Amino acid sequence: MDAIVEVFPVLVKGVEITIKVLLASIVLGYLMAFIAGFCRLSNNIILRKITGFYVEVFRGTSLIVQLFWLYYALPILFGIEIGSDFWAGVLAISLNYGAYMSEIVRSSILSVAKGQTEAATALNMSRFQRMRLVIFPQAVRMMLPEFGNYLILMLKSTSLVSLIGMTDILYYGDILRSSDLSQAPTVYLLVLVFYFIIALPLIWLTKKMESASKKGVASQ
Amino acid sequence: MNNWSWEIFLEAFPYVLEGIGITIGLTIACYLFALIFGFIWTFVRRIPVKPVRWVILWIMEFIRSTPPLVQLFFIYYAWPMVPGIGMTLSPFTSAVLGLGIHYSTYIGEVYRSGIDGVDKGQWEASRALNFSTRQKWTKIILPQAIPPTIPMLGNYLIIMFKEVPLASTIGVVGILQMANNFGAENWRYLEPLTIVAILFLVLSYPSAILINKLERKMNRRFDKKTPTGSKPISKANAPG
Repeated sequence: MDAIVEVFPVLVKGVEITIKVLLASIVLGYLMAFIAGFCRLSNNIILRKITGFYVEVFRGTSLIVQLFWLYYALPILFGIEIGSDFWAGVLAISLNYGAYMSEIVRSSILSVAKGQTEAATALNMSRFQRMRLVIFPQAVRMMLPEFGNYLILMLKSTSLVSLIGMTDILYYGDILRSSDLSQAPTVYLLVLVFYFIIALPLIWLTKKMESASKKGVASQ
Repeated sequence: MNNWSWEIFLEAFPYVLEGIGITIGLTIACYLFALIFGFIWTFVRRIPVKPVRWVILWIMEFIRSTPPLVQLFFIYYAWPMVPGIGMTLSPFTSAVLGLGIHYSTYIGEVYRSGIDGVDKGQWEASRALNFSTRQKWTKIILPQAIPPTIPMLGNYLIIMFKEVPLASTIGVVGILQMANNFGAENWRYLEPLTIVAILFLVLSYPSAILINKLERKMNRRFDKKTPTGSKPISKANAPG
């Protein structure tokens, strides 16, 4: 019990960074998903190929490699400094999951029944109106359950930013462990509990999104 | 682009490639562990005692929603310190346990979806024919439940392959760790890290295409075979 009292306040210091990275990654990740998803459905073949390349590269390699590459290799290659480890971490997570989620955006839009597009055309809607008023609202509800699952995946992946020196929960856990190895079981168990507590509202949200997407739809 | 050096690229390539055996070996070991452990989850969550089932479900949820990286650290650093049952594990074994257990909870879900997809009539038939529990599972349910899940299981193999470099953090010398070592020795990270990315892409992209093909093939096969009215596979793949 004493050990917990000792460890707890140290780990709390990392919560802020973990949540900041998580929120920034969620916002950027969803944004990236919609941008890439729409680009892959564009009429412009060059745009389509470029986004296709982006999606395949980020889905085909692992997140930890992308993170290290953005953090260590990119500044050398182009002389670009991303500016901070915060943005390297957020960019890696959001580009990675954005690529995965763009496939959900794309397939959801494609799976809206063809008759809907035809009906909208018959009503003399422009291409933009068709997407905004008819296709997109129906596609979004199909995206919701999968989008919910990615919230938890993104939370789990934020633990990687400790590897590039950001002071998140795991970072403080590692410091405690290296100062006193015998504390390791308490420390890491508590770190896991911290992540689980942050995950609970996300799990709840995922369930909500799932039921929202089912609401009012006839089961097939 | 003037910082890119082909000489270093060529020098680093064989160096990094030395780790590929470990990376692939670890992927297969973790995957097999997850496949087997997934079965255990599938069966323990069917135990007909409510409190037990409830505890099991929460344990699964806990494992699934906490970072595998922390779980790796727990097994590698903390497990030896647990009084009584603790023991020191090699980095490789720790990685197999850590990643294997984490993904077994996902694979258990895949099995469950396969079992739920088996038509109710099949359960009734096996009871009507007076099959024992063992026969029911091995002769009727599992042979129908597992094949439709093969593409999904294949996807998890690729996901596992991409998670394995996490093990470099506890000292498993796969390709990522070799690249880090090269970087530390020569103070060049750009080329070795790029090589790691290329190796991942070259190995995982064709496998993903293969799995996709397999999925389409299975869909066709199972759609044809299942009588009208029960289409477990098409339900599993419906959008949304």
